Amino acid sequence: MRAVQHFTATAVVGLCAVLGAALPASAQIKIGAVLSVTGPASFLGDPEKKTLEIYVDEINAKGGVNGQKLQLIVYDDAGNPNNARTFATRLVEEDKIDAMVGGSTTGATLAMIPVFEDAKIPFISLAGAIQIIEPVRKWVFKTPHTDKMACEKIFADLKQRNLTTIAMISGMDAFGKSMRDQCVAVAPKAGIKIATEESYGPRDSDMTPQLTKIRNTAGVQAVVNPGFGQGPAIVTRNYSQLGIKLPFYQSHGVCSKEFIKLAGPAAEGVRLPCAALLIADKLPASDPQKPVVVNYTHTYQQKTGQAVSTFGGHAYDGLMILVQAMQRAKSADKAKVRDEIEKTKGYIGTGGIVNMSPTDHLGLNLSAFHMLEIKGGDWTLVPGT
Amino acid sequence: MAELLQFAFSGLTVGAIYALVALGFTLIHNASDIINFAQGEFVMLGGMTTVFMATAGIPLPLAMLIAIVVTTGVGLALHRFAIEPARGASPVALIMITIGASVFLRGVAQIVFDKRFHSLPPLFGADPIQFGGAAILPQSLVVLAGAAVIVALLWLFVERTLLGKAVIATAANRLAARLIGVDTRRIVDFSFAVSAAIGAIAGILITPIALTSYDVGTLLALKGFAAAMLGGIGSPLGAVVGGLLIGMIEALCAGYVSSSYKDAAAFLIILVVLIAMPQGLFGRVKVERV
Repeated sequence: MRAVQHFTATAVVGLCAVLGAALPASAQIKIGAVLSVTGPASFLGDPEKKTLEIYVDEINAKGGVNGQKLQLIVYDDAGNPNNARTFATRLVEEDKIDAMVGGSTTGATLAMIPVFEDAKIPFISLAGAIQIIEPVRKWVFKTPHTDKMACEKIFADLKQRNLTTIAMISGMDAFGKSMRDQCVAVAPKAGIKIATEESYGPRDSDMTPQLTKIRNTAGVQAVVNPGFGQGPAIVTRNYSQLGIKLPFYQSHGVCSKEFIKLAGPAAEGVRLPCAALLIADKLPASDPQKPVVVNYTHTYQQKTGQAVSTFGGHAYDGLMILVQAMQRAKSADKAKVRDEIEKTKGYIGTGGIVNMSPTDHLGLNLSAFHMLEIKGGDWTLVPGT
Repeated sequence: MAELLQFAFSGLTVGAIYALVALGFTLIHNASDIINFAQGEFVMLGGMTTVFMATAGIPLPLAMLIAIVVTTGVGLALHRFAIEPARGASPVALIMITIGASVFLRGVAQIVFDKRFHSLPPLFGADPIQFGGAAILPQSLVVLAGAAVIVALLWLFVERTLLGKAVIATAANRLAARLIGVDTRRIVDFSFAVSAAIGAIAGILITPIALTSYDVGTLLALKGFAAAMLGGIGSPLGAVVGGLLIGMIEALCAGYVSSSYKDAAAFLIILVVLIAMPQGLFGRVKVERV
């Protein structure tokens, strides 16, 4: 009996020693992710998680990075920044990750930044707000374009059409408010005058009073509607109901076929800035992003059976920028990888062409957006944008 | 003038939507003193079921009918499996149950349907009717007419039928109603079914204007509830007047004051009215005899 026990103990110790010795040889690169997979922001986190899983598997099938397999550790913050912070701490202290991709929402990202800054771990956020990278933080990067860029893109198009006085009607949801603030902030620099401003609740079903006021405001040459969800579709319908003929701009928040379907014939002639991913089939063959977005669209739709969204694309870009930085650094050393992420130049992703620098941890310019016009119930690229 | 008319049309459109939702609250409240916070989910189910039936290739009128039947079934199930087993509990506890049911239905809808927004084609075309320099959609008039028809039917039902009297009797005193031979369980069953059907009709009629999604019910129920309270809960006429009033105030405030304050203005007026007339505009004053 005693002998058996002794034998078992020895065997266990031996096994441990073997495993311990074997571990470093096949060590994995651990990539952490905290995403809003469920809850109110699940439309962000769900495609992000699926994208990361698809591409981590694909990279591992091809032999991993620098001969090491990737291990993806995903936690679901359910849209709550407090949870995100707790999971961030767990990723650092227990899982001992090498790099971090994710943070679906701006709230979650801002809550996690101190954790990764302290732990000196490269952190690529997938959230929208410009506050994540302004001011620049040493370890924090992000992939999605910002609301500010969408405003600038719209204003640039207005200038090209010699329209300088606009009215804004904004949704009072988080997206609408944030974009409205950015548009108001960049308008003077772009030479655009905002003559009047209106707002509507995220669930309002009729915006004709606001639009009537805009119609009766002297000097308005165009109308811009920052908003997300069903609001912009109703605004667009009301716009045509009132017979307003001014040029009408929607935001990148409604870059989906769903918007055209919901707004119906009223959407005719509406212009909006969109990322290349959503118009993959409309891009000219000469566009450098074309192969990337077509590939991603194909892979994602095949593996999940769902339509692509820009959010999954942000996760794709985050993972690829990180992996390429690791390949250039020839290791998963946190400091070296961080330096290489910052040196990312000419990375062609779903969100645009990324050129990072010590002062720019996003690296996208206005070419990341394409100005579209809705014609005949479909997108058309506005020439020269 | 054209401006005022346009604001009034907007108020009418929005108000008619609130009124239709508010109507759903009256019957259940009349029969059981419960405020059913899952009423907004009935509205959502009506719209979403129609959308998905229609997408599946079923002709629109049939899809609408199926949606009403399905929602009525859900209303019945809500009573049988959630409210009825807890019938001894206080109204507050029962109201909690309806809130739970509302969360549950929203969760199920998210899985059974999807998380996207959907629309339905309007019954009489999408071309706005021009009148005095203002424009109104034909569907707004349909919603208004729908509310009027439901009010008339409810009034006829409560005032002119024995079953209607039984509903009132059940609300007034359940024990006494049972003593004179009213099957009160059936009556409450019936009121849940009809309220659910009214909710489904509301959902179908307003979807071409307001669009629908799995979570559309929450805010609609809030506004509908406010309308019902303003008009006097339990009164169908009050529900419609309350709904139209809130819609008008919102539209006029958005037009003449500021769109940022329109919700605040509406709720301020509700507060003032309820302080002056706690039973609402058309509510019955409850007399407690000792």
